[in-house]
Amino acid sequence: MSQRIVDLVRARFPQAVLETHAFRGDDTVVVRREDYLEVVRFLKDSPGTAMDFFVDLTCVDWPDRKPRFEVVLHLKAWRSSERLRVKVGVPEEDCTCPSLSGLWPAANWFEREAFDMYGVRFVGHPDLRRILLYDEFQGHPLRKDYPKEKRQPLVPMRDDAPPQPPPFPERPH
Amino acid sequence: MGGVGDRPPAGGPPPGPAGAPQAGWLTTRLDPLLAWARRWSLFQYPFVTACCAMEFMSTMCAHFDMSRFGAEIPRWSPRQSDVLWVVGTIVHKQAPALRRVYEQMCEPKWVVAFGTCAAVGGFYDNYSVVQGIDKILPCDVYIPGCPPRPEAVIEGLMLLQEKVGRGELSRWQQQQPGAGRKAG
Repeated sequence: MSQRIVDLVRARFPQAVLETHAFRGDDTVVVRREDYLEVVRFLKDSPGTAMDFFVDLTCVDWPDRKPRFEVVLHLKAWRSSERLRVKVGVPEEDCTCPSLSGLWPAANWFEREAFDMYGVRFVGHPDLRRILLYDEFQGHPLRKDYPKEKRQPLVPMRDDAPPQPPPFPERPH
Repeated sequence: MGGVGDRPPAGGPPPGPAGAPQAGWLTTRLDPLLAWARRWSLFQYPFVTACCAMEFMSTMCAHFDMSRFGAEIPRWSPRQSDVLWVVGTIVHKQAPALRRVYEQMCEPKWVVAFGTCAAVGGFYDNYSVVQGIDKILPCDVYIPGCPPRPEAVIEGLMLLQEKVGRGELSRWQQQQPGAGRKAG
């Protein structure tokens, strides 16, 4: 559907595009991290692409891959209704990614969420704090190596609480 | 513990004004009178966080009409409330707020866990959700369901009223020093 845009990106940044693929009409471009911001700026501002709508930004943890994290961006062009998915790999050792909050103010909270849940630091973000969890929380819970049972309560848990409610008794009716 | 499993003591309900003789004197037992009054005028504080609120509204409104049970008025200040309804999922970020609301309530006070999330955390067995509000508050009645039907809510309310009518203290009050006194 938006192969045209993929071709435009590839022509403009031949060195930046690592991989492209399409699934059910949705095209994906995987770009190098150092060219990510320029590619997105081109997608947004170039009249030929005009991907002016920031749809979504999130992150994926692939524990067995190098690079481990993948920041996933969804864009849409209002006028032509074309969609494009941009992915950028983020290694665990240098867990940073350029911020898009200068291009779209809406990216601010999405990047805060990705930071909160995965620990990706968005360089150039004006206010990179946790957005959903509390400041006392240690670690990033959607990383695959976060222990599933690990909770970080803010108030002491009561010791005398039963493990579960008692079974519902038979009542005379 | 004071959950749904509690039964009235053998020998029928405690004597109250309903069972009082028809002669012209007043009962000298104040506790049953207070318990009777409390039982039929529960002021509620709904701490509503999630989709269970829909069923709470449904129970409160005309079709099921909780006011038939004397539990008509939601109070929007915990200081004026007798019952804390915890309606919905409680996350760890919110737990201090819930705890503070509970502490602001005057005694005697009771807590109802409305729905599976409030009772045991529901299917949110993860980093963020408190696995049942009894981990942070003493809880008197658990209403299961996702969300519970209004009939289940009314059953929970009636169980709580039985408990209040017996003059029982909530679990938290039983654990306090000098808790030998009855409520009131």
